[in-house]
Amino acid sequence: MASHLLYNIEETVAMILFGIGFTMLLLHRNLIKKIMGMNVMDTAVYLFLAAKGYIQGRMVPIVTDGIQEASAYMNPVPSGLVLTGIVVSVSTTALMLALTIRLYERYHSLDLDEIFMQVKKEERS
Amino acid sequence: MTLVQNFPFFSIILAMFSGILSSVLSGKQARNLSLAALVATMVMSAAVLAYCLGAGESYTYMMGHFPAPWGNEIRAGVLEGLTALLFSMIMLLSVAGGMRYTFEDVEASKVNLFFIMIDLMLSSLLALIYTNDLFTAYVFVEINTIAGCGLIMIRQKGRSFSAAIRYMIMSQLGSGLFLIGLTLLYDVTGHLLMSPAKAAVAAIEAAGSYEIPMLVILAVISVGLAIKSGLYPFHSWIPYTYGYATPTASAILSGLVSKGYIFLLIKIFYRVLGQENVIASRMVNVLFLFGLAGMIMGSVHAIMETDTRRMIAYSSVAQIGYIYMGIGLGTENGMIAAVFHMFTHSATKALLFISAVGLYEVSGEKKDFRSLRGAGYRNHLAGIGFTVGALSMVGFPMLSGFISKLLFATAALQTPHKMMLTLIGLAVSTVLNAIYFLRLVITLYGRGEASQLRAQGTEEGLFGTGEASREAFSGRKSAPTVFGGAIICFILLNLFLGLMSQPVVRAIAAGLAMFD
Repeated sequence: MASHLLYNIEETVAMILFGIGFTMLLLHRNLIKKIMGMNVMDTAVYLFLAAKGYIQGRMVPIVTDGIQEASAYMNPVPSGLVLTGIVVSVSTTALMLALTIRLYERYHSLDLDEIFMQVKKEERS
Repeated sequence: MTLVQNFPFFSIILAMFSGILSSVLSGKQARNLSLAALVATMVMSAAVLAYCLGAGESYTYMMGHFPAPWGNEIRAGVLEGLTALLFSMIMLLSVAGGMRYTFEDVEASKVNLFFIMIDLMLSSLLALIYTNDLFTAYVFVEINTIAGCGLIMIRQKGRSFSAAIRYMIMSQLGSGLFLIGLTLLYDVTGHLLMSPAKAAVAAIEAAGSYEIPMLVILAVISVGLAIKSGLYPFHSWIPYTYGYATPTASAILSGLVSKGYIFLLIKIFYRVLGQENVIASRMVNVLFLFGLAGMIMGSVHAIMETDTRRMIAYSSVAQIGYIYMGIGLGTENGMIAAVFHMFTHSATKALLFISAVGLYEVSGEKKDFRSLRGAGYRNHLAGIGFTVGALSMVGFPMLSGFISKLLFATAALQTPHKMMLTLIGLAVSTVLNAIYFLRLVITLYGRGEASQLRAQGTEEGLFGTGEASREAFSGRKSAPTVFGGAIICFILLNLFLGLMSQPVVRAIAAGLAMFD
């Protein structure tokens, strides 16, 4: 069992990172750390995809010296997915950071619990 | 290839480009463009629906130049056409009904941004409905999330920012799980297109390999989409989000966005993982139990709430519970009931949110529902709209909610081991629904503090207050006809789903059969 984990070291690390990122996004109170958690989570998925797409001993899928058969190259789709995923996660990160800035300007805190407390207080008054 | 077959692609791209174009238009122009795109989408979806009903089969539409196992595809069938038609109709009515409040709530220089979000929301919902490619679905899930967040925070008042951050965090958790699920599925099957992926899944199941990975994939995708659609234990963001956005945004978010994710989940169950595998894995039982919990707990929360809009939002939690319960029954009829309830809830909840704001307006914008006392007399149409919506949610005959409950109950009778739980859940939840919705309706038509003059025994008393508030009302009211028209259309839609449910149910059944 342990040897399997070692053999698939990239996938193991990716899953551990995913767990760390997910937990950070879910449980951390600091908004910036939450966003970092989100990025760790997304990056873990990209690592997983990249590790799965790579095939030992094959070439980058760019035809330069006339070799046509597919077995000479590794799978290009996961790399494409990683690129798309990066674009998506950049835009969500930007949106979250922009929201964080607005929240900080308004409540002078990055602590989510504190922000919600202030929101409640605002509501009552 | 006929012209109609291009329509799904046209409607997606039309909505997306009107979003892009809106960024350089003024608010009014952006609004007109948005409305035009919505009407065009409605017409095109109706054409797709008619085409698929006529042809009796679904079709795939190749995007780009790569054929089936590699490229990207759109797929349209009866269920897709029907969902797209109803979604675009409800979206159009929500935008029209909440129009005036949108222009009040949103800064004048930012109105066009609001309509960009509406256009993007429309295009992402359509893409979620029509796509045949898993990764495209993920990308549009994210676009949907971003557009939803934009719709929430554009109000820039009170709680909207904190509501938006709550929404974003929960949505990102859901998206993350969904993405890792897709990635695992891609690694196991080697396909992103749904049909080849399904063939690969069938081969894997037949060989009996990858048992644990398949279970993990199923669980992770289900939980991810359940978080995003607000199934009970993950519902904490719903009351904040729906309760504090501008009315159009609330109606769209509660009525359509969560349904888009549920539709995607159903599609993945049928078209990728295989419904029989999903049932065999017992994942449906988990969804069933959480759905039941949501039905009861959502209503209990709603009863304890005093803020009307939050009450309606908590009722959404209960209704999402119904839908997942239907999926969880694990039968054809259960799924039909779930899909029908999806439509019922979209139509009804949007009506409730839009008419609630009309009632608030004539009652001094207080949050407490008791301030709405007598509001039904001050804004007749909104009062009637709200009453119809509330009765439909409770399950009053002739309205669509009744048909959903009937379908759920009949479906439950065919699944012996889940029958008692479902029927008890339905009964309890209906009673709880009735408690808070009828309390609201009675308040609307009650005569209390708000019309105290009435207590002095003079007819003019009531008339006086009514007249005064109506004056104040009409002073701020520029286009009452649009609001009224939207409410009337919503009521008609509800009556249509309630009185002529058979064609819809048949279409859903035909659509689900085409999924395989």
